[in-house]
Amino acid sequence: MARVPILGDISGVLDEGLEGLEHNFVTARIEDLVKWSRARSCWPATFGLACCAIEMMATGAAHYDLARYGMEVFRASPRQADLMIVAGRVSQKMAPVLRQIYDQMMEPKWVISMGVCASSGGMFNNYAIVQGVDQVVPVDIYAPGCPPGPETLMHAILTLHDKILTGELTSRREQTGAGAGFDLADFPAPEPPAPEPEEAP
Amino acid sequence: MSETDVATEAHEDAPVASTALFGQAVLYPDRGAYLATVESLRDEGYCTATDLTVVDYLTHPGRSGLPGGVQPERFEVVVGLFDHARRERVRLRIQVPADDPTVPSLFDLFPGTEAMEREAWDLFGVSFEGHPDHSRILLPEDWVGHPLRKDEGIGAIPVQFKSASDRR
Amino acid sequence: MAAVRLDLGDDERVRRRDGSAVLRMTEVEAADLVLDPSDPVTGERADERMILNMGPAHPSTHGVLRLLLEMEGETVLRSKPIIGYLHTGMEKTGENLTFLQGPTNVTRMDYASPLFSELVFALATEQLLGIEVPERATWIRMLMCELNRVASHLLFQATNGMDLGAVSMMIYGWREREEVLRFFEKVTGLRMNHNYIRPGGVAADLSDGWQDDVRHLLDIIPPRLDEYEVLLNDQPIFRARLQGVGVLAPAEALALSATGPILRATGYDWDLRRDEPYLAYDRVDFDVVVGTCGDAFDRFAVRLEEIRQSLHIVEQILDLLPDGDYRTQDKKVTPPPRARIDESMEALIHHFKIFTEGFHVPEGEVYAAVESPRGELGCYLVSDGGPKPYRMHIRGPSFANLQTLPHLMHGRLVADAVAVISSVDPIMGEVDR
Ligand code: SF4
Repeated sequence: MARVPILGDISGVLDEGLEGLEHNFVTARIEDLVKWSRARSCWPATFGLACCAIEMMATGAAHYDLARYGMEVFRASPRQADLMIVAGRVSQKMAPVLRQIYDQMMEPKWVISMGVCASSGGMFNNYAIVQGVDQVVPVDIYAPGCPPGPETLMHAILTLHDKILTGELTSRREQTGAGAGFDLADFPAPEPPAPEPEEAP
Repeated sequence: MSETDVATEAHEDAPVASTALFGQAVLYPDRGAYLATVESLRDEGYCTATDLTVVDYLTHPGRSGLPGGVQPERFEVVVGLFDHARRERVRLRIQVPADDPTVPSLFDLFPGTEAMEREAWDLFGVSFEGHPDHSRILLPEDWVGHPLRKDEGIGAIPVQFKSASDRR
Repeated sequence: MAAVRLDLGDDERVRRRDGSAVLRMTEVEAADLVLDPSDPVTGERADERMILNMGPAHPSTHGVLRLLLEMEGETVLRSKPIIGYLHTGMEKTGENLTFLQGPTNVTRMDYASPLFSELVFALATEQLLGIEVPERATWIRMLMCELNRVASHLLFQATNGMDLGAVSMMIYGWREREEVLRFFEKVTGLRMNHNYIRPGGVAADLSDGWQDDVRHLLDIIPPRLDEYEVLLNDQPIFRARLQGVGVLAPAEALALSATGPILRATGYDWDLRRDEPYLAYDRVDFDVVVGTCGDAFDRFAVRLEEIRQSLHIVEQILDLLPDGDYRTQDKKVTPPPRARIDESMEALIHHFKIFTEGFHVPEGEVYAAVESPRGELGCYLVSDGGPKPYRMHIRGPSFANLQTLPHLMHGRLVADAVAVISSVDPIMGEVDR
């Protein structure tokens, strides 16, 4: 009897085709599977800046329980994170740091701008605050509010999940040259080797 | 300013003008007598410096609160001292002219003013002679200007409607 | 009053310009030190000495604090906190908002205890205006502020536990804080940044049935504090990481202008609520919690006990809160009631004037201070007679307290640095303003 991990006993396959499998399985396009897995474990980077960060932490804590969406693992290292939640006002001094952290994150990556300060400068339209984090990094979702309550943040996150599920898989690849980053055009097919000169008989 | 009662208090050798406003004692030493006044206050029992900041009086319409004999200048360094044993606060207001905005540093008397003096330098450009680390604290090190001066604008930029590019 | 006698000699440690615990150099100079660690005289490479950068995006620096640490192996020699990554220009913005709008601005400074910033701004404005606040408003302010202190210290317990590896503390602390926030949301409409305490009183009366909500809080929080004690106080690893770490003497704390739990943990008995009573603190009974040796454990324990004391005050307020107005009836600062606006044109104009132009505040300058969960929170207001402050300066306790960091970390391991930062409990919004 042939047993295969996950699928179990597959000996019936020869007689009954797919019906002969012990367990059911799904078929899908690889693109859908990739999107699904991206959306279901979208790890945020800890990027708390100001008041909004407190609400972001509250969202991750017991009562609102971000773990339901596979997101409770706030990663301190940007290289392990898929999502940057810019929670709070971005000062002129912080902007270069923010950009550096964004650049350190691996593609695919997303950005949620949490709170009015991150989205537009909010009530602080002055010399010190960057008027909208979208001047520094590309933003996918804006969460309104000052501070956005945990419900609003979760709504933003679910909207982002939708966006990941319906969006184009390689949305930024051509723009940034990132991702796998190759284009076949960049690798011209090798010249066929010159035919060996025939030896004179 | 009906509550202001102007008196002159003898401090060491130089007399220092003082007022009491809302029950808060205020002294007005001039720049030369600043360190000596703070030192004698410390020896009197004012054990901690709670606050140090600067006010830029460039656009203030009237300076009616000042007692006689105090020459108003553009900048004013405001220092708060607290005597815990007697539970008394005193505030010092030191007039600093715009063409020479320097005052001696309080670091040797109250090391806790170190960060506050750096902040005052950063935001107002008043420098503190003898400060151990005279540098910007809140703004980036390469920032030009001192944003809380009254002749610097708030620096607001008009917010236009921003739409996300439809590529993403 | 002071439990510890001050010896004016023992603050010499914090007074030194060179060779002290503070790394007094610019980032560029520090970078040069990294590039060339060799000894300038002997040319010998001192490989053990290096500059380590920590932050500003570091999970245990409580926001956007950045530290430059000069290390010898694992030991921290000198260090420099670099702040300003959250500098919001609030003092400048405050000059462009009316006195009525002011609390909206200052409440965003210390976002763990927003009501205190509103309170100190309102107290300063009221002194300039020379108005009396109704009794009920005063007591409501006290109730809300003490509950806010509870929420803020619970937040500290959560983050302090997390920084030291007790991650479950993180969950517990937030769970209790959430209960308090729910009450705040009911009364003020917001979970944080309430803009509830305004010059002249508070924005709205307490919600119906507030007594039950507060009693509910009084019922559930104390037993959970006992749980924390079992979890943390009785936990040898937790104690080992805190006890004897980051010791500060009272004279040093005073010299560095440190206030609040940091000062009290050194054994120095000082609390503005008792020693310079504002609101109605002289009419309630509470203890000022002091530590014994000023280490990180004392700072933790002082804050834990202060939660109990605050709840004790809240309990008394339940009985003592008088009836009456929740804001002053002075026509100058308070708009007419909603019903009158529908009837009378004058009332409408009056309402419109207050909310567009604001009320004029007599010329003068004033300093008001309250005891926030982090120490003395002060507000220095200068008015030129107009509807906007001429200058608004907030003395943030975290800003001054942060100066103790290099002295607390000096000579300790880098792992202790995390415990020390956490025990100082800086809120960067208030440090950078
Ligand atoms: S949006 Fe509001 S809550 Fe968020 S950082 Fe800005 S001021 Fe704070």
